Amino acid sequence: MEANWGTLLWQGGAVFLTLAVFSFLYADNPFYKFAERLWVGVTTGYWTMLLYHQGFRDKVIVPIVYEQKWYYLVPVLLGLLMWFRLSPRLGWVSRYALGFYVGISTGIFIPLAFKTAIFLQVEGTIRPVAGFWPAVNFTLALIGVVCALAYFFFSRPHTGVLGVMSRTGIYTLMIGFGAGFGLTVMGRVALLVQRVIFMRDYFVSLWGSLF
Amino acid sequence: MRDGMAWYDRLLNIDRRWIYVLMALVVIVPAVRPFTVPVGISGEVRAVHEAIEAQPAGGVIHLAIDYDPSTLAELQPMAEAILHQCFDKDLRLVITALSQFGPAMVDELVTRVATEHGKQRDVHYAFLGYKPYPAITILAMGSDYRVPFPTDYYGTAVDAIPMMQDIHNFSDVACVVSLAGGNVADMWIQYGNAKYGVPVALGVTGVMASDYYPYLQSGQIFGLLPGVKGAAEYESLRERPGQASRGMPYQVTSHLLIIIAMIVANVGYIAQRRAHAGGR
Repeated sequence: MEANWGTLLWQGGAVFLTLAVFSFLYADNPFYKFAERLWVGVTTGYWTMLLYHQGFRDKVIVPIVYEQKWYYLVPVLLGLLMWFRLSPRLGWVSRYALGFYVGISTGIFIPLAFKTAIFLQVEGTIRPVAGFWPAVNFTLALIGVVCALAYFFFSRPHTGVLGVMSRTGIYTLMIGFGAGFGLTVMGRVALLVQRVIFMRDYFVSLWGSLF
Repeated sequence: MRDGMAWYDRLLNIDRRWIYVLMALVVIVPAVRPFTVPVGISGEVRAVHEAIEAQPAGGVIHLAIDYDPSTLAELQPMAEAILHQCFDKDLRLVITALSQFGPAMVDELVTRVATEHGKQRDVHYAFLGYKPYPAITILAMGSDYRVPFPTDYYGTAVDAIPMMQDIHNFSDVACVVSLAGGNVADMWIQYGNAKYGVPVALGVTGVMASDYYPYLQSGQIFGLLPGVKGAAEYESLRERPGQASRGMPYQVTSHLLIIIAMIVANVGYIAQRRAHAGGR
């Protein structure tokens, strides 16, 4: 961290806000509320301006006003129809825009979702493998997938073979959730660590600047 | 009444604020007394490194920096390590940012790393910036980068950028590496890989990582950097320790505390269950 007074002042503000947010761990308090509202205000302002410049200006003002691409008026009109949602009496008008949007997006989304989430996933689960350890991994994954699916099969009582599969499925899911939990903890700790390292660097530079 | 509690009930009713205090203490330990942690390299991280390493000088990589400050701690070290690698290898970079709070942060990062390597904007890399609605943007980029991005982040027309003269869509890039802190990762798989066939690798937060391993097995992504551990592995491959490697000792101490807390809670739970069963 650069140790000039201007930087230290700005970084000091960041340290204060960091501590203000952490103070929520003890109890809700005015410092936390201040930091929370400041964040909401800044992000709202930033996003609004970004949407205006990157969305409205580039997709409405520039093509229509400067480039005279009149066909851009069609999506603009559909966009305007969406505002009718705010009117209880004329809310139905927005359904034309919504219908168009849903139609287009599902037309694109459904075939690709089938391909990515079903066909390629099934293919990935049963594809042939070569070598001892890949074969072991493949077998374990296949057993895990089939047993986890069996756990969600409720048309028959979970007894006998189905009971064994269902129980194995539970263990498979538990292992999956455990791995997910471990990674989640790691992610949360990473956020904490980043702030701790930041504050450590700040106090080290502050100490170096003062003494 | 609390004073009349059995020992196992006390274990199960520890005020959470004591856990926070202990967590604060264990993360202060490596800050005061730093130590190093060996990092093993996993196949999915190595795959990303090797794919980029295999590119000839002048090759084009699309680095999609799709996170914002809330996930910066985990994903920024990945972005930094990949940028260093690409600039070291004289690769050309097309950079986009599909998270609304990311562009300014990406600009600062890319400019800093590029300056460190003596690389020039528009010659060695192009930062196209942010556009809303990631799915539509990815679909449009598959057709031509100029459709969603007629100008780059700085307002320069993409046609006027020397580096972009021979780059039109995903066919002109070797692969896409998306560092995503949200569902943009899914969109790269669905719209980038499934629709256009561009090889995609992901760098994701730890919370998201377990959701994306199935895509690795099915070959829909060719590599995966899971959370801060993935970033530390990448830094180890580069033999250039950075923020992620620096954070690993903190991870060790904090994970030890969490494991101890889990053991304590389970001991309390089992003892309580046995006591209740014995009392019946």
